Amino acid sequence: MTAGPFQRVMFALYIAIFFVYLLGPLVVMAVSAFNTPEYPQVWPIEGFTTGWFGKLFADRDMMEGFRTSLLIGFLVVCISVPIGLAGAIVMTQIAPLARSFYYLVVVSPVLTPGIIIGISTVVFWRELTTVTSTKFFYDGVILTVLGHASFISAYCMLIILARLQRFDRSQEEAALDLGASYPQVFRHILLPFLKPALFSAAVLAFLSSFENYNTTTFAILSDKTLTTVLAGRVRQGSTPTISALATIIVAVTLCAALAYELIKRREDQRGRARRAEAARAEEAELASIPAE
Amino acid sequence: MRSIYVILLLPLVVVIAFWLIARVEGTGTSASRPGFFQRNGWPIGLYLIIAVGFWALFIIVLPMIYMVDLSFRPKLPLSQMGGPKDVYTLQNYRYFLFGSLTSTAHWNWIHINAFFTTIFASILITLLNFAICYPLAYHMAQSATAERLRVLLLLLIVPYWVNDILRAFAFRVLLSSGGIVNQALMGLGLTSEPFDFLAADVGLYMGLSYAYLLLMIFPLYNAIESLDRNQIEAARDLGAPWWHIHAFIVMPHAKPGIASGCTLVFMLCTGAVATPMVLGGPRTMWFTPIVYDRFYQLFNWPQGAAYAFLLLVACIVFVLTVLRITGLKLGEITR
Repeated sequence: MTAGPFQRVMFALYIAIFFVYLLGPLVVMAVSAFNTPEYPQVWPIEGFTTGWFGKLFADRDMMEGFRTSLLIGFLVVCISVPIGLAGAIVMTQIAPLARSFYYLVVVSPVLTPGIIIGISTVVFWRELTTVTSTKFFYDGVILTVLGHASFISAYCMLIILARLQRFDRSQEEAALDLGASYPQVFRHILLPFLKPALFSAAVLAFLSSFENYNTTTFAILSDKTLTTVLAGRVRQGSTPTISALATIIVAVTLCAALAYELIKRREDQRGRARRAEAARAEEAELASIPAE
Repeated sequence: MRSIYVILLLPLVVVIAFWLIARVEGTGTSASRPGFFQRNGWPIGLYLIIAVGFWALFIIVLPMIYMVDLSFRPKLPLSQMGGPKDVYTLQNYRYFLFGSLTSTAHWNWIHINAFFTTIFASILITLLNFAICYPLAYHMAQSATAERLRVLLLLLIVPYWVNDILRAFAFRVLLSSGGIVNQALMGLGLTSEPFDFLAADVGLYMGLSYAYLLLMIFPLYNAIESLDRNQIEAARDLGAPWWHIHAFIVMPHAKPGIASGCTLVFMLCTGAVATPMVLGGPRTMWFTPIVYDRFYQLFNWPQGAAYAFLLLVACIVFVLTVLRITGLKLGEITR
């Protein structure tokens, strides 16, 4: 890159503004979580307090919503990852004529606004449970899980599909030739190969479900999740407890991202060491063969 | 009662259709290609069909069909559903255009205005976000060192998982009349009294742009990253000015990423519920709160379904327009 000093300064300025825009609001909010005034305020700092965090944990609705959110996130992972896996495998095997139509159907939830997914889920299951007189099924948690599953399964499918496309079919054929049954191939060849993708899909599924509001607000009916309680609180007015919650979420995310970064770095190092080892062994092998 | 037949029959029809397609296609190819169950074994084959069938039919397609179906029905008490009054009607869409039967106004301007303001503002926000994100995405993908890239990605990922509501709330703290922005403006002597950003909808548009910034940058970054540096070098050696390089080399290559980022941002903006709720002023025009009120304030579900369907149509039109302009296929933008 050959850029003049002027361009370089302009670019540095742009990056600085970008990150101030991106992180500034969060920093401001975090500061207001430690400031004493009743209304979230950054300046002047009137005193340092952690009382807003205490208030947050004493908020019964918020804690109940938190537990429901965890439950929903867990159920969504349990449903979406297997569905996403099945969806990806079917995608690689389906007849080419039907593939584009199938793709259109299963990817459409990704491009549909969340509120429409929530609305359609509620409308359909209200009708279905009335007609089949299984009214107990018409429950906020179940509907929310189903609503989330529609688009989160598609995310999972896309992640798994990306890895599946690099799968070497000859591995499967080798196992079959050696007498493995189909379920054995699936269990011992395909699943281990897909493990990293399954893991990222599970993490992504949980996080997407946990932070979702648009679909949840329609599908949750009379139950409450963390996001719907939070929305209610924000509508009533601003208090620093909301800032406190946001601060916790940011802190947890930061720790998770850092941990992930460390794990990845260590894995990279291990991989590099292993490759270097392999290269050395190969060289030694070559050297030991007498030249002809 | 008719609906239960639909629910029961549809899966059967779909399974037969797929089997037929497989048969038709199978006759052309060599016989050595193993069948579906032969290839997967019975237990896994069944799992695949049940999982995908349940997902595609009961979670995606049928709910959508029922929502559209409901939008063409009148609002009736539960006892009269399926009765003689339960006929197909356009009255919910009529309401969107002309308001209630008793109103004397010609058009239902409030809803029509809100609808088109939402679409128009979302398009502008999408373009704005593209303009903000493109330089950074290009820098990250093409000229940043590996170490720097890691730091930048980390800085981007952390705000990514903060909820919509909290992002909007952060903006409210920032822009409120006693907030830090107004304090700074007054401190600098630019205004004598606090400027009401929220009533002027500045807060809403900034909040929306802010909330979906990262959904633009990651697709852009992924797309530009796969571009071979040599192409840029070659263009530069041949004397192309910088904007030529971007307009004729980088952007055409990054087209799928641009299309996917724009679609996501547009879709999330038009469908945003939390941001207008938190940052909207009393006279803010946004379509989603109107839809929400149909459901949980007025309890007029058919009308709400009709309004939701209008929103969905707007999104489909947008996606199709993007696909037409860029000449891409759907599969290329959803990676």
